[in-house]
Amino acid sequence: MSTLISLARAVAVERELAQPIRTVRHVHLADRPLVFIPLAMAGEANAPLAAMLGDDPASARLLTVAEPRDRDQRFAFAAELAGIVLGYIENSHAPQLIVPNPAGVTFTRLLGRSTRFRRTSGEWAVPAGVPLLGRWLTFFSERYEHPASSLMVAMTGALTEHWATGQSPVEDLSLGAVLGWVDPPSGMSGAQAAAAAEDPVVCPPAGPATDPTFDNEVLEPRMLAIRTAGLTGDGRAYDRARQAFDEALATQLTPVWAMMWRAVDLLRRVPEAGHVRQRWTDDLDAVAWHAGHIGEGGPPQARRDGAVAAARRLANMERIQEMVAVQRAFDDPLVMAEYRMTGAAFAGEVVHAEPDRVDGSGRRRVLRPRVTLVTSDDVSEQISASELTSPARPSQKARVVSLTAAGDQCRVTVELKGGMGRSLTPVPGSVPAVGERVCYAMVSDSYQNPPALPAPEDTPWTHGGPPPQYTPADDEAREDWS
Amino acid sequence: MSGTEARLARVRGRALPRSHNARTIAALAANPGCARRAIMDAAGVDKQRIAAYTGYPAPFGQSRFALARGTAFEAQVKASGAAGLLTLLREHLDLPIPEAHYDDLNDVGGNTDLTVRYAATRQKLATAVTSAADAGTMFDHPLLRLEVGGRHAFLEPDLIAFQLRGRFHVVEIKSFAVIDGQADGDKVAQAAIQSAVYVLALRQALAGHGVAPETVADETILVCPKDFSSQPAATSVDVRKQLTVLRRQLSRIARIDDLLGQLPPGLTLDLDPDGAGVPQRKPAGLAAAIRAIDARYAPECLNTCEMCFLCRDEARGTTARLGRAAREELGGVEDVPAVLRLARGEHRPEEEGDLAEAAALLRSAAALRAEILGEAV
Repeated sequence: MSTLISLARAVAVERELAQPIRTVRHVHLADRPLVFIPLAMAGEANAPLAAMLGDDPASARLLTVAEPRDRDQRFAFAAELAGIVLGYIENSHAPQLIVPNPAGVTFTRLLGRSTRFRRTSGEWAVPAGVPLLGRWLTFFSERYEHPASSLMVAMTGALTEHWATGQSPVEDLSLGAVLGWVDPPSGMSGAQAAAAAEDPVVCPPAGPATDPTFDNEVLEPRMLAIRTAGLTGDGRAYDRARQAFDEALATQLTPVWAMMWRAVDLLRRVPEAGHVRQRWTDDLDAVAWHAGHIGEGGPPQARRDGAVAAARRLANMERIQEMVAVQRAFDDPLVMAEYRMTGAAFAGEVVHAEPDRVDGSGRRRVLRPRVTLVTSDDVSEQISASELTSPARPSQKARVVSLTAAGDQCRVTVELKGGMGRSLTPVPGSVPAVGERVCYAMVSDSYQNPPALPAPEDTPWTHGGPPPQYTPADDEAREDWS
Repeated sequence: MSGTEARLARVRGRALPRSHNARTIAALAANPGCARRAIMDAAGVDKQRIAAYTGYPAPFGQSRFALARGTAFEAQVKASGAAGLLTLLREHLDLPIPEAHYDDLNDVGGNTDLTVRYAATRQKLATAVTSAADAGTMFDHPLLRLEVGGRHAFLEPDLIAFQLRGRFHVVEIKSFAVIDGQADGDKVAQAAIQSAVYVLALRQALAGHGVAPETVADETILVCPKDFSSQPAATSVDVRKQLTVLRRQLSRIARIDDLLGQLPPGLTLDLDPDGAGVPQRKPAGLAAAIRAIDARYAPECLNTCEMCFLCRDEARGTTARLGRAAREELGGVEDVPAVLRLARGEHRPEEEGDLAEAAALLRSAAALRAEILGEAV
C-alpha cells in the first residue's frame, strides 16, 4: 500500500464507489479461463465438499462429496475433477485457473499435495488421472507465487490490484464485498452493495470455507438423510437425499459462479498493459515445460525444495519481483506515480529541445540532444546523479545536466544518449519534442542476469551437501487421506 | 463483594457471567486500548448475545463439523489416560519418560467453586515440582488465574500441563492439520499466543508457592493431526516472543477500576428480562449504553470480537476503518473527510509539523491522481 492507494480508499469512502488505482490491466486473462470454486468441509484437513468449475459461463459443472470424511469418496471426487481439469489443459492452448480468493489457492495447493504422490496401480491404487491432477494443481499453485505469472489468479487479488475499495484489506478478502464496491447493482452505492454482500444468506461466502449457519442448519441434516438412506438401503430415498444435498450446495456456489464471471468481464474491460503479453508467453513456456516433464516420465514435485533449489527459487523470485514492478511502472502512469511520489521519477512538459545537438569534445563526434522540461515533481539529488530511462523510449538513456527552481516548479535539462539511430541526425520521433509530456525514472526495465548459485550437486556442506536424487517413496503413495 | 465486583455485576445485569479464556485474553491483548472489550470481558458479558440483540450479530459462528472434529481429535489424544499423548511426547520430543500419571483436575471432590479448585490446582502443581519421582505427571484441566486489568480472571483450559523432573510443559491440542511440517500461519499464531497465556498463568499460579518462573518451559508443545490423516503429531513451539508481547500488552490494559470510573453511573447492559426470561429492553437503548463505553475499532476485530459490526458501524467515516496501514499512510489523520480536505488543499495547516508534512504528501498524491486520471480527487 501507499499514500496514493490509501488516498484512493478515502475517495472511495466519500463517493461510496471503488476508485481505479491502475490505468491498464497488469494480469493476463486467457480467452477461456477455467473458473474453479472449491468448497471444503469445516474442520477437516482440506477435505473437498464440493466444487463448481468450467470455462464457459453458460455451463457450470457441479461436483459434490456426500461424505467428505470418506477416503473413497474423496478420491472419486478427485477423479471426476481430474477428468474436467486435465481435459481443459489438454484442449486449451493457454490454460488459466481462476479461483475466488487466496484461500482458494491454498486449497488447490493442498489438494495437489494430497493427490500427486498417489499411484494408479498396486495395493493403494487410486483412479487414473488423480496423481496427474495433483501434479497440475501443484504446478498452478506454485506459479501463483511467481510474481510475473498469470497462470493462476485469485479474483479478489486481481480486483483489488486495480481498484481501491472504501474498506480495509481484511474485508477485501471477500469477493462479494469487493465486487459490490467495484460494480454495484443499479440503484445501490458500492458501500451499500458491499454491506449487503456480508449477509451469507444474500451472498454466500466464496469458499473454500462455508457459512457455519449453512453447515449447521442445511448441510448437516441433508448429510444425515443420505447416511440414513444408505443404511436402510432405500434407493429412492437415497436419490432424493442426494439430490437435495446437491441442490443445497448449488445454492451456495451458483451466486459465486456468477460473481466470478462478472469479475472476469470487469477486468477484461480494462486494456491490457504492454508487458503482459511477454510475461504470458513465459507462462505458456512454463506450461509446455511442465507437460514435457510429465511426458518424459519426470517425478512429481517434491514435498520440499532442496537447499539450492530453494535459494535459486527465492533469488529468482526477488529478481523477477523487481523486474515486474518496473514493467508495471513503465506500462502504467498510476504505478509510475508511486515512483514520482518518492522522488525516484519525475514527469513534465518539454519546453525546449535541441534534437540535433552534437558533442564534439571527445575523439569522436556524438549525437547528444538536450531537452528541457518543466515539472511540478520533486527532483531529488539522487535522481539528478543517476542514469534515467523514459517509459516512452526505453532504449534511450538520459542524464540530468541542469536543474533550476522556478517557483513551485522545476526546470530540468536532460542530455540523451542512444535509441536515436546511427547517424548524427536523430530518427524522427526519437527525441521528445516541445509540448510533449515525458517522464524520467531512475529504474529501467532492462534484463538482469539471474544470480550465480552452485549447481545442486555442488551444494555446500553448510546447506546439507548435495541433495539426494528425489524419488517418490511408497509411503507417500499410500498416505492417509481421512 | 468489592466495589469493583459490584459495579461489574451491575454492568452485566442479570445474565449469567461468561468467563475469560485464553482466546478472549489473546483478543484483548491484541487491542489493549479498547475499553469496551476490557469492560465487557471483565464483567463477563455475553457479547455474542448482546451484539445480536442490538442488530449487529457477530460475523463468525462455528460449524458443527469443525466442533465435532475438534472434540473427536482431543478425545482421541486423551484416550486411556492420555496414553497416546505420552507415546508422542516420548518419541517426538525425545523425552525419557518411563511412565506418567494422569491427573484430571476438573473436579475437586465434587466441589466446583472456582476459588477452591484454583487452590487445589496450585497445591497439586507445587507438590509435583518438589517431588523427586522420575515419573511424569499430566495435569488435565488445571484451573488457572491471570491478572487482567488489575482483576483476576479464571481460565479453564482444555489443557495439559505436563510435569517431568520438576519442569512443566504446556501441551495444547488443536485440530488443524500440520502438512509437511507447515500449518496455517494464522492458526499457529493464535495457538502460540494462547499457549503463552497458559504459560503466564501457570507461572503466576506457582509463584505463590515460591516456584521460579523458569520451572514452566517457554517452549510449549502443540499436538495437531499430521498431514491429511487424523494421527496426532507433536511440534515444539517457542513462545518467548508471544510472552513478551503478552506481558507488554497486559500491562497496557488500563485498570478496570479506572475504566469503570469513566462510565456514566448506573450504566448496565442488562436485557431486562420479564418473568419468562424474555428480554424487554429496547435494542436502541442497549446500543446507546454500549456506545457510552469507548471502543477502539480496527479491522482485525472482525476476526476476534463479537462486537465488531457495531463498532465498525460506529467507526464509519474514520481512517481506522480502512486499516492500520491506510491510517498511517494518510498521515494518522482520524477522519476521511479531514483527509480529503487536506488532499484538496481546502485545509492548509499553518504550523510546521507532522500535519503539515502529511498535508503536503496528500496534496501531491491528489495532484498526481488528478493529472493521470483527468479528474479532480
